[in-house]
Amino acid sequence: MALPKHADTLERIWHYAYIVICCLIFLFLIAPILIVIPLSFNAEPYFTFTQKMLSLDPTGFSARWYDLLLTFGMNNAEAPRDSSWWADVWANAAWVNAAKNSMIIGFFATILATALGTLAALGLSRPEMPFRRAIMAILISPMIVPIIITATGLFFFYSKTGLANTYFGIILAHATLGIPFVIITVTATLVGFDHSLTRAAANLGANPRTTFFKITFPLILPGAISGALFAFVTSFDEVVVVLFVAAHDQQTIPRQMWNGIREQISPAILAVATILVVISIALLATIELLRRRSEKMRGMSPA
Amino acid sequence: MAASAQDASAFVQYDRVQKSYDGETLVVKDLNLSIGKGEFLTMLGPSGSGKTTCLMMLAGFETATNGEIRLDGREINNIPPHKRGIGMVFQNYALFPHMTINENLSFPLEVRGMGKDEREEKVRRALDMVEMGRFGARRPAQLSGGQQQRVALARALVFEPALVLMDEPLGALDKQLREQMQFEIKHISDRLGITVVYVTHDQTEALTMSDRVAVFEDGRIQQLAAPDELYERPCNSFVAQFIGENNTLLGKVENIQGGIATVRLDSGDVIDTVPVNVERAGDRTRVSIRPERVEINPGHLGANAHTLEAEVQEFIYMGDVFRTRLKVAGSDDFIVKTRNQHNQQRLQPGQKVRIGWVPEDCRALDA
Repeated sequence: MALPKHADTLERIWHYAYIVICCLIFLFLIAPILIVIPLSFNAEPYFTFTQKMLSLDPTGFSARWYDLLLTFGMNNAEAPRDSSWWADVWANAAWVNAAKNSMIIGFFATILATALGTLAALGLSRPEMPFRRAIMAILISPMIVPIIITATGLFFFYSKTGLANTYFGIILAHATLGIPFVIITVTATLVGFDHSLTRAAANLGANPRTTFFKITFPLILPGAISGALFAFVTSFDEVVVVLFVAAHDQQTIPRQMWNGIREQISPAILAVATILVVISIALLATIELLRRRSEKMRGMSPA
Repeated sequence: MAASAQDASAFVQYDRVQKSYDGETLVVKDLNLSIGKGEFLTMLGPSGSGKTTCLMMLAGFETATNGEIRLDGREINNIPPHKRGIGMVFQNYALFPHMTINENLSFPLEVRGMGKDEREEKVRRALDMVEMGRFGARRPAQLSGGQQQRVALARALVFEPALVLMDEPLGALDKQLREQMQFEIKHISDRLGITVVYVTHDQTEALTMSDRVAVFEDGRIQQLAAPDELYERPCNSFVAQFIGENNTLLGKVENIQGGIATVRLDSGDVIDTVPVNVERAGDRTRVSIRPERVEINPGHLGANAHTLEAEVQEFIYMGDVFRTRLKVAGSDDFIVKTRNQHNQQRLQPGQKVRIGWVPEDCRALDA
């Protein structure tokens, strides 16, 4: 946005003011996340910058909170770090188990949400579908209804049906929360979808099933992937539903953080937060790059 | 044209077909049309005239509300589109963007369970036919509009359908490319002997390509005829207006006798015309004369030629022709086209001239 030559003084002032405002908003959004990263390397068990850290003294920094993520909950954390120590980490470390649970729940919830959300979006995109707006509103509602209300409802419903305290229950609950994201992204892809392509496929002799798998599905795949990513992230950082529905030994990363804040407040939580931020950025960046590449290849650059 | 009974020679037949989308208004009203094998038939009409609906019913994407559509003697109303075996070129080409050109052409052969070698051979031949053999490995987005058009044509032909439908396939191309493709499509269809049903709103396209043209308006075929007949002998004033440029003079029939209708124009001039759909003396009529059949300063027309006084309003130089707008018999929108010949006189606005035509070129149509 270069300033044109004919800009007068007021326009110049506004131009620079505009840039400053944008930077401030950006800072407002990103600062809470950025502040966590240096604090997680704090040598002291505090949530504040020490004098040593501010003067960039190397002794003010340490990776001890990252180490605690591995050792916390182990049977014998003091043992020499050989293969049996690592086996102990894998089996007993509280954070590692929480990560395992989060991954398993996130993975299956994503698959379920993507499959169901894509089907719903396809159905809702058909002009002959009655009550499209009403149905869409209902399907999107888990995103709008306060999560605590959804969680309470799920708790009572799952308790009655025996789904509470099971992995399957948590997966179903997280799929419910993920479906709206998939519906929205796939619907957005379908808006630009050229329906003459499915007609062309039929005309060329393909039955509806072949048409779906060879034509429609590959073309809406980028939207489905975006939706899947959002569904995964939703499940990965969800704590309220887990608190209600999961058993006491079914810890996920956010729930473990929640416990940590209540029980032993330590910068270990900041270390987890840093790792999560890095993983999220890497995940989003990778998939966005892949999606752009495939869209470019198909000549469907986002309009 | 009202061949409602089964016509044995017809390859495609619409038999009393009606179509309504909302159950109230008919978009297609009682369509009867027989298309012979190997014929190139164009459905021509303004948008909303029902021509595309007719094509879509034949392709199977719309169902006829009433009536029967037959293909090669077999009723196809209840056959789904993917079992009809009809080729189609779509308006926006509808090439699959995630597939290469080869894969696009291979698709119809694959779904028919054809072996790999045979598929490759057919794809290669089809691409060579439209001179796109070098582009097989590319994706549609890497081709220009004209190239995509050729690929779409090749894809509609690669599985060797006996009938190919084309829905305004050249609409998105520029003028020069459009004219070139018109001839190519015509040549390919002649060479392969396929039946083509072509939909367009471009009358030049219809005239240059077709064996017969069906002019649609208001859900009905207004005239079904070969291009020369359509242009020279339009059967009503809609067709006369829609096909080519046309001058109209309003008047009233004085007398019809011996194949000649005498018309008194609103300006008071009396001229002889060919009666087309005027019935009796006293009828209001719209007299139609083609701009290129009018002579300025007529010296060599026969003794029966009409001549009228005219005043030049505008002179437009168009390169190959001059287009002169004149004020004649009360109408100031009377166009005369003259070829840009050696020594051809260029008229000035305000100049008074005499114009003339032979009565055979002057047709009295409905008002």
